[in-house]
Amino acid sequence: MPGKLKARIVAGRHLPVMDRASDLTDAFVEVKFGNTTFKTDVCPKSLNPQWNSEWFKFEVDDEDLQDEPLQVTVLDHDTYSANDAIGKVYIDIDPLLCSEAASVISGWFPIYDTIHGIRGEINVLVKVELFNDLNRFRQSSCGVKFFCTTSIPRCYRAAMVHGFVEELVVNEDPEYQWIDRIRTPRASNEARQRLISLMSGELQRKIGLKVLEMGGNAVVGYLQCFDLEGESGLVVRAIGTACTLDKLSSGSAPNTNTHMHPNTAPASNACNSPSKDGKESPLAHGCRSTHNSPVHSACSSQRLSQNFSVSVPTLIFTGMGSGGSAGKEAGPLKTLLRQQTQTALEQREFPFFTLTSFPPGFLVHVGGVVSARSVKLLDRIHNPDEPETRDAWWEEIRQEIKSHAKALGCHAVVGYSESTSICEEVCILSASGTAAILNPRYMREGCLDMGITDHRFEEPSPPSCGFCHIPYDELNMPFPAQLTYCYHCRRQKVPDVLFTTIDLPPEAAVTGKGCLIQARLCRLKKKAQGEVNATAISNLLPFMEYELHTQLMNKLKLRSMNALFGLHIQISVGENMLLGLASATGVYLTALPAPGGIQIAGKTPGDLSNEQHILTIQKRINDTIAKNKELYQINPPELTEEVVGSPIPDPRQRSRLFRSHSESSDEVSELDLSHGKKDAFVLEIDDTDAVEDIHSLLTDAPTPTGFYSCNTEVMPGIYNWTSGVQMFTSVRVLRLSNANLTNQGLNKIFTDLCENLLKSFYFKLRSMIPCCLCRLNFTVAVPEEELIQVAVTAVAMTFDKDQTQEKPAEKAITKGCSETEDQLQFPLELCADASSANNQPSSKISGVPETTNVSSRAASVDYGSFADRCSTWLELLRLKAHTIRRGSVKTSRRTQSLAHSVSSLDRSSPLPEGRSRSLRSNRSFAGGSVTVVKMTPLSFLPGTRIIKYLGIINMFFIRETSSLREEGGVSGFLHSFIAEVFAMVRAHVAALGGNAVVSYSMKECVFMENPNKNQAQCLINVSGDAVICVRETDQEPIPSMTNIGQTCTSGTDGAT
Amino acid sequence: MAVELDVFVGNTTIMDEEVYQLWLDGYTVNDAVKVRMEGGVMEECEASADVLLSDTMDQYRTFQMCERLLHSPAKLANQLLFQIPPNRQAILIERYYAFDDAFVREVLGKKLSKGTKKDLDDIGAKTGVTLKSCRRQFDNFKRVFKVVEELKGPLVENIRQHFLLSDKLARDYAAIVFFANNRFETGKRKLQYLTFQDFAFCAGQLINNWTVGAVDNMVEDMDVDLDKEFLQELKELKILITDKDLLDQHKSLVCTALRGKTKAFNEMEANFKNLSRGLINIAAKLTNTKDVRDFFIDLVEKFIEPCRSDRWTAADMKLYLTHYTNSAHILDTFKHQVVWDRYMGVIKSCIFKMYHD
Repeated sequence: MPGKLKARIVAGRHLPVMDRASDLTDAFVEVKFGNTTFKTDVCPKSLNPQWNSEWFKFEVDDEDLQDEPLQVTVLDHDTYSANDAIGKVYIDIDPLLCSEAASVISGWFPIYDTIHGIRGEINVLVKVELFNDLNRFRQSSCGVKFFCTTSIPRCYRAAMVHGFVEELVVNEDPEYQWIDRIRTPRASNEARQRLISLMSGELQRKIGLKVLEMGGNAVVGYLQCFDLEGESGLVVRAIGTACTLDKLSSGSAPNTNTHMHPNTAPASNACNSPSKDGKESPLAHGCRSTHNSPVHSACSSQRLSQNFSVSVPTLIFTGMGSGGSAGKEAGPLKTLLRQQTQTALEQREFPFFTLTSFPPGFLVHVGGVVSARSVKLLDRIHNPDEPETRDAWWEEIRQEIKSHAKALGCHAVVGYSESTSICEEVCILSASGTAAILNPRYMREGCLDMGITDHRFEEPSPPSCGFCHIPYDELNMPFPAQLTYCYHCRRQKVPDVLFTTIDLPPEAAVTGKGCLIQARLCRLKKKAQGEVNATAISNLLPFMEYELHTQLMNKLKLRSMNALFGLHIQISVGENMLLGLASATGVYLTALPAPGGIQIAGKTPGDLSNEQHILTIQKRINDTIAKNKELYQINPPELTEEVVGSPIPDPRQRSRLFRSHSESSDEVSELDLSHGKKDAFVLEIDDTDAVEDIHSLLTDAPTPTGFYSCNTEVMPGIYNWTSGVQMFTSVRVLRLSNANLTNQGLNKIFTDLCENLLKSFYFKLRSMIPCCLCRLNFTVAVPEEELIQVAVTAVAMTFDKDQTQEKPAEKAITKGCSETEDQLQFPLELCADASSANNQPSSKISGVPETTNVSSRAASVDYGSFADRCSTWLELLRLKAHTIRRGSVKTSRRTQSLAHSVSSLDRSSPLPEGRSRSLRSNRSFAGGSVTVVKMTPLSFLPGTRIIKYLGIINMFFIRETSSLREEGGVSGFLHSFIAEVFAMVRAHVAALGGNAVVSYSMKECVFMENPNKNQAQCLINVSGDAVICVRETDQEPIPSMTNIGQTCTSGTDGAT
Repeated sequence: MAVELDVFVGNTTIMDEEVYQLWLDGYTVNDAVKVRMEGGVMEECEASADVLLSDTMDQYRTFQMCERLLHSPAKLANQLLFQIPPNRQAILIERYYAFDDAFVREVLGKKLSKGTKKDLDDIGAKTGVTLKSCRRQFDNFKRVFKVVEELKGPLVENIRQHFLLSDKLARDYAAIVFFANNRFETGKRKLQYLTFQDFAFCAGQLINNWTVGAVDNMVEDMDVDLDKEFLQELKELKILITDKDLLDQHKSLVCTALRGKTKAFNEMEANFKNLSRGLINIAAKLTNTKDVRDFFIDLVEKFIEPCRSDRWTAADMKLYLTHYTNSAHILDTFKHQVVWDRYMGVIKSCIFKMYHD
């Protein structure tokens, strides 16, 4: 019996009127955990009831603690008929189970009803006391920390990165159970919400167990998704990266890992910029080569409809081009390194990492993007306890990814993610990542410190270009690629183009700024059923991937860039079409050769008018490239030619180039006999399609002045963020009215939809200029036959224009590292202590010294480094000394202070007669009563330091209406629902004592409507990490009021 | 092909002040888009009409969702749905409760009832304020009226506290509530030249000096109802016109003081008795609710108009009233000095304010 959960219901406010006669409500509350339910007294005739209940105590297994949410239901008492439900609050108590996260949940929660939305608020206090559990065969994994953040969290240090963890649970979807026909929509929605909450809890617990098994204590880059498979069930699956994290003492927590800035000052000197236009081989080249992989066969042979599966030929996107001459000294060292890594990684089934940003030195080489897709036919899951089929599907995909990575000479896949798209009974499973070679020292036991560099395995290449160097053997390349010597160090070979799914390594040398690059594609398909449908889809997929890739490549060239980061390709399936959207952030990597231009060639040279036409297009393209170079400040210094053993274009081709760089390259042309490649990227106009393509290439509107956009964590080339932050979610649904659309027409519509969305953002956020939209995350869906839905979540951040080019000194990094060393001793003691006591810490620390709780909560109390360091240390001491005495005394203190704050709140709310006198003194907006919670999809907030991670936020909501028109139509309905979701996330974070959510994402937004019936339903799943952050200069948490003012003067829109 | 759904939600609620004003002014989305286009926002940010339309719709929706909260502004501060910085909240509230002087002038003193609400379209047509905006303003008046009706304590302060308004706006609302409660007639043709601010000033004077609250600040409705006892006492002032001696004495004192100081002296002397009778009669009749309603029309008819036809300047008026008030103190047989001061203090400042073209 390892845990006691305690909950107290304090008060409610702004309740809805439930009794029309009196315009009041007789509210009471049911608190339920597992199968135990407690009730408060009825607080008659009040819209602002004060229950001040006793502590309701639940004695439960820690397994249940992890799986179950605490369910708080507010009801209206009715003497004669059944009590009416006002709404519910689900409180995930997982953060209380982890020693380093929150220790009490206390605050105002919106009371949520799936039909009416938010209906008032309730003040709840929750605590957990965990007891020792020495059972070795336990099923719980309390104490394992979860992070959505895809880098090593800010106030931690990665002692070891264990690797990939995955889990999957399935169940029947309550919406499709027979009982759904007789129960109310509300009951059905609540059953679904509860089930998903339970499944998420279970999933997290199971993953936690795996992590413990591996010897880790945390999951980083935790990505949980659910698949609504309709009739066939509900799948909740998650992947993540198991790590052993050490907490850094908060005073000095260096932001070394991800926030530090590259230092290109020396880089730009040392680096030689390209002398020629480029060395691109036609795109088709690289792709074709990987097309060869014989994955295409499966479809016809597999007849079983039960487990129908089609593997889709997969592309490996890498830098490509044709080979150059052999490298100088790639040999022995590389081999040694490879062996080391291999042994470290070989023990793992899947050497995958969901991280997208790494500690310095972790990433050695990057090969390119690997992805795999497969089309499956869904079938009812017969036995939820044995979700083998789904497991097998993913296993298959992962194997494929693994083999792709191997083909690229890599042992690991980083920036790994998985996704699905479901339409009726067809499901596309996708996985993608970046093949890479990692530094083995993170994978070995006992190597605790990343600060100490293990020189034996250090690459001789500088960190600013090392990751670009090819990992594969150039004599035995997986595909024909065009290699050159690195423009930075000139010692190793680099590809001419590099695609990755990870964030730009902070130490990478970049020229100019980056920008968002999107490829968009629609493909019509015939409506079909079952296998025929699946086959049709799988036949389309490779062509879609190919076209998306072509688009990306063209757009990249058009911007004069040579690398893509954060590449994410989504293919979404609908009944009669497939949508493809590839987003990435393009940059010019200093180490890679300059991209060639784009050259237009006509098929029929004789035609004069055609020639003319081509010339005009060519001119437009050249102009665009020139303009883009200026816009993104891409002006690599001209270099001295002879050092670069780069391939030279043959004279015939070069004469047709529109941009001539240094002509001096002629003299070395002999070196390059290996290929007669065209060096500009040639687009042939041979049919109308091609014309369209080129046209669409040129229609992408440039971002307005003052704006930048990217889909990575931060914009390459911008370093001096100011504190203005505005996270937003935008959803647009387009109805295609015309049934007989062509692919071309659809493409145009889809492209316009995305472009218009971006334009809207720029317009809305214009008051934040200069500003950058970061982590632009587009999600496309085909909810119905003629609907296209695009949902976007991103954050706009302001920066200081004047210093954009300046970069902070490197010192942060080095200082950080050395400090890490010093501080190590302290936390280490703790860790040793903690681990010897094994399960003890979780039980102790959860309830921990109330004094520290209070301080972390009241967002004004000193949170100095010392205090924090001591508090964790004191926690342990104190707990050892008097475990028993702990609870009572201090609890009461806490309660008092809360009661006090409650009453002070009341005063500021409007009260019926008699109280007005007390209002006198404070005219001020009692705004202090609501904690400001910032949200961002990034792993940090500019200008602030995260001092504590309070736990993962993973919430799932359903909202339904049968009065759609009355709620302002579909837009009104969704607008308020999204606002409600934000409000609930903020309330939960505030209740944990936090003031921000980082790595926030909206993973799912499923919207269904039936305007004829005046109905709509929407499901939203969001996640993120709740944190406490302080201003970089301060020791205390941000005083919320001043802070929001600051943000919002810039953050909100103003015509002023 | 049509945009079926289009929403944009920020963690910090984004509100454009210009659009907010258009919304408050009752513009439809399409009209608002037109106004914005003419305003040149598009050039500013390379936006298209579509973008503007989408943005305007989003904003309108946000405002509509906020409206419920604006009805009880204190809720805005501790609601959780919208994260709005406090300075923004203040602007939202202040603007929401702001009104058009032209509109308020029309409903001032009218009963805030359904009947009046039905006439709003006429008022809208007359003042050029959209019906939607008229309704908002009218509902605001009514809401404030209802809330403060039941409260003890000073009117202005109550409004300020409950609706989180600025001092200026709270005072204006106090005036509106006061006028509505006492149903002062303001609509007559002769009163048309007076602005809302004139009336608001007078209301402030009346509230501060003639209500129950002026003597006791803990009774209900203290600032809304006139002090009955005081009104009763005003009858005593009649002696100034009924007693022939007193009237003559008063006249000669005033004339002595005024002689040579103004060009309008002759008219003042000639009209003294008429004017004095006019003012004292107003005082004496204030016990009747009907006459309270006609307070302003009486002031204009009995005093301001005669003076204006005699071409008194504002300075003349000031001079005359000052001496008229002060001279009464010298009258030995006149015993009602306190009531006289309380009455004339207000009359004086009201007439000063109202004496213009």
